Amino acid sequence: MNDHQVHIDEHRDDEGAKTGMWIFIFTELLLFGGLFIAYSVYRYLNPLAFHLAAEELDTTLGTINTVILLVSSMTIAMSISAIQYKNKKLTLILMGITLLLALAFMVNKYFEWSGKISHGIYPGSMTLQEASRGELLFFGLYYAMTGLHALHIVIGMAFIGYVMHLVVKNEVQHDNFAILENSGLYWHLVDLIWIFLFPLFYLIT
Amino acid sequence: MEKDQHTHIVKYRTYVYVLIALLFMTFVSVAVTGIDLGPYTVTTALLLASIKSVLVLLIFMHLKFDKKFYGIMVASVFLLLACVIVITFMDYLYR
Amino acid sequence: MSEAVNQHTEVSYLEYKGRFKGLFAWIFSTDHKRIGLLYLYSMLVLFSVAALLGLAMKIELIAPGKTIMDAQTYNSFFTLHGITMIFLIVVPGLPAVFGNFFLPIMIGAKDVAFPKLNLLSWWIYIIGAFIALSAQFIGDGPPDTGWTFYAPYSFRTGTNMLPAVTGAFVLGFSSIATGINFIVTMHRMRAPGMSWMKMPLFPWALYGTSWIQVLATPIVGVTLLMIVLERTMQIGFFDPALGGDPILYQHLFWIYSHPAVYIMILPAMGVISEIIPTFARKTIFGYKAIVVSTLAIAFVGYFVWGHHMFTSGMSGTALYTFSILTFFVAIPSAIKIFNWVATLHKASIDIQTPFLWALCFLFVFMVGGLSGMVLGALSTNVHLHDTAFVVAHFHFIVFGGTGYAFFGAIHYWYPKMFGKMYDKSWANIGLAIFFTGFNILYLPMFYLGMTGMPRRYYDYVDEFHGPNIVSSLGALLMISGLIIIITNLVRSAKHGVPAEADPWKGKTLEWTVASPPSLENFEEIPTVTKHPYGYE
Repeated sequence: MNDHQVHIDEHRDDEGAKTGMWIFIFTELLLFGGLFIAYSVYRYLNPLAFHLAAEELDTTLGTINTVILLVSSMTIAMSISAIQYKNKKLTLILMGITLLLALAFMVNKYFEWSGKISHGIYPGSMTLQEASRGELLFFGLYYAMTGLHALHIVIGMAFIGYVMHLVVKNEVQHDNFAILENSGLYWHLVDLIWIFLFPLFYLIT
Repeated sequence: MEKDQHTHIVKYRTYVYVLIALLFMTFVSVAVTGIDLGPYTVTTALLLASIKSVLVLLIFMHLKFDKKFYGIMVASVFLLLACVIVITFMDYLYR
Repeated sequence: MSEAVNQHTEVSYLEYKGRFKGLFAWIFSTDHKRIGLLYLYSMLVLFSVAALLGLAMKIELIAPGKTIMDAQTYNSFFTLHGITMIFLIVVPGLPAVFGNFFLPIMIGAKDVAFPKLNLLSWWIYIIGAFIALSAQFIGDGPPDTGWTFYAPYSFRTGTNMLPAVTGAFVLGFSSIATGINFIVTMHRMRAPGMSWMKMPLFPWALYGTSWIQVLATPIVGVTLLMIVLERTMQIGFFDPALGGDPILYQHLFWIYSHPAVYIMILPAMGVISEIIPTFARKTIFGYKAIVVSTLAIAFVGYFVWGHHMFTSGMSGTALYTFSILTFFVAIPSAIKIFNWVATLHKASIDIQTPFLWALCFLFVFMVGGLSGMVLGALSTNVHLHDTAFVVAHFHFIVFGGTGYAFFGAIHYWYPKMFGKMYDKSWANIGLAIFFTGFNILYLPMFYLGMTGMPRRYYDYVDEFHGPNIVSSLGALLMISGLIIIITNLVRSAKHGVPAEADPWKGKTLEWTVASPPSLENFEEIPTVTKHPYGYE
């Protein structure tokens, strides 16, 4: 605490920024937490229907997406080490790989969703109205939870893209990279949620 | 201010090891799905997911290298969510 | 510290000239004090509207049958009254106004940790308010579900639910932003020497509150989102026709909305913990007990949501669990009451308006709390559920608790905020009328509830006529008290006598700075060595 003379506008506190980011991550976790509660209750009430409905989902696609997210999580974590080693080029490459992998995830998701929709499985469709109520709930939750997760992927991509821009402009450097760390934390959160979504939706056969 | 937080640099190698472990557990959980373990299928899948998330939290998210207070906060938040789910099931299990 | 900085900080925050002029100097200011006042003014407007809606409902209830409005209007009135009062006033109220203004000063900081986020949270608040209130004017008529948006009615009703629900969802972000800001501020920006156990009790209360804001709000956020998806895209969540369970909605809603009650009451308790030692001229009794009970309320308060659903058809086990936990959460609240009363014991009390508000708070809060015990017990709850008794209990706790603490806080900190002193005798007269009206308004509703009058009906049978007349007259009296209080405050901002830096002889840090404070609060960050309430 030696910067009391500094004007408030110039106040900089990297540790505080990180604390704030973590607390924000908690709110995100609980946002999904609400959906996980709904999921667990409905799965408990409709075990068989969830079982049957889950067979509609493509485990291979799900696994590929899991691998993509795990690798992208590693690359963004590595980029923080890279900036600490003052290796700007490697930082940018690693962040770029993260963005590309995120894009691949979204493309995959697009094919998965459009596949479902072409089979008539979407909220309010005729097929689903004839299905059992458990299946209806399963697909409702499936679209809501993976959809909300995909939204977070997009936000994370924008965040990482913005930080990349800062790295290019040398505003993020080896002694000033709190925002890169925070974008990394956000990206790991997205990964963390997927780690639970994957077995809960794709692996209950 | 306290800049000492950032002195620790995680080696690239560590991240690669963690990724291998994560991928391994992913494939195990996919493989286990094929085997009928009855009620333990869900348990195994969730257990593996939990181990994976602990790894992500500790290494990727630097909890292992940060101040302890972050770890305590994260643990409390997960505990809170667990308690909420358990209490919700007080209703559904016995209805 | 250099001379230039000194001169720079001497201008009060009210007169400071920044990049913008006029109104823009306020709505684009990142100064925590100006943001606090922005919230205060916005809430004053909204509160007046919502209070008048409440008065209109009481006038409707002055006689059986249709008096001044029909059933549908009454339904939309209590919905709008609830949404405005809960989501726009009491939930953000004390933290957003007094927390923003005084938290940094009380812990010896120049601003909150993220000033821009702080301004953003006010903008989100205003946008959320506009969205929620737009439900009244666009679409197919104002919402009529009550502020709880219970499923399945909330997606079956033809009325304009979407804006109301979306507005509440948006407001959640404002609440979360404030919570994050406060937690980080308290962790990172306490003055040198101010250890956690030397922090005043109002910041402590805000600490507990902020954690609830951060950890509970997302759950209602996602629940409201589910209602939106259910209404717009027919995704089944809570509609039985789509396989859903309406009781799950109640679970999810109250997982947030019960802790939200503690978002309302914890800062109120913090305010009382500041006012009482100042006017008792004594150290607060049991500082640590108050801190621990604050955190205990925040924690246990998270697990008692089910007591709103005792008659919804939960399992027996759940009923017992929630009832026991509800009784547990009463213990820390009672500890606080005992501490405040013990502080007053053998004190040489300086009787001033803020202190009188605190005393009235103790009375109404105890009535509210004890009636809460009646509702927390399973057998009586079945009898009293959804009656006027609940309405009376709720208003005693929320209006009586948070409302009284809010007015207590504004009378306590007014000289610091505006640099002027209000007219004390008018303030006391206003309080006397308000307090009398308040009790005449809500006490009969306990009786009405016990004899079976349901809530949320615009009509009733003849047996209930007498107490309803009394109650409605009480409402008129209470509103006239409110008008006196608010007029006095508004008038004194211009015409009041200039206030000194420490008019009440308080000991916490905000009384060491000028009234009104300078832009950066402190010319030099103070070093704290003593306990916050060192009177002896």
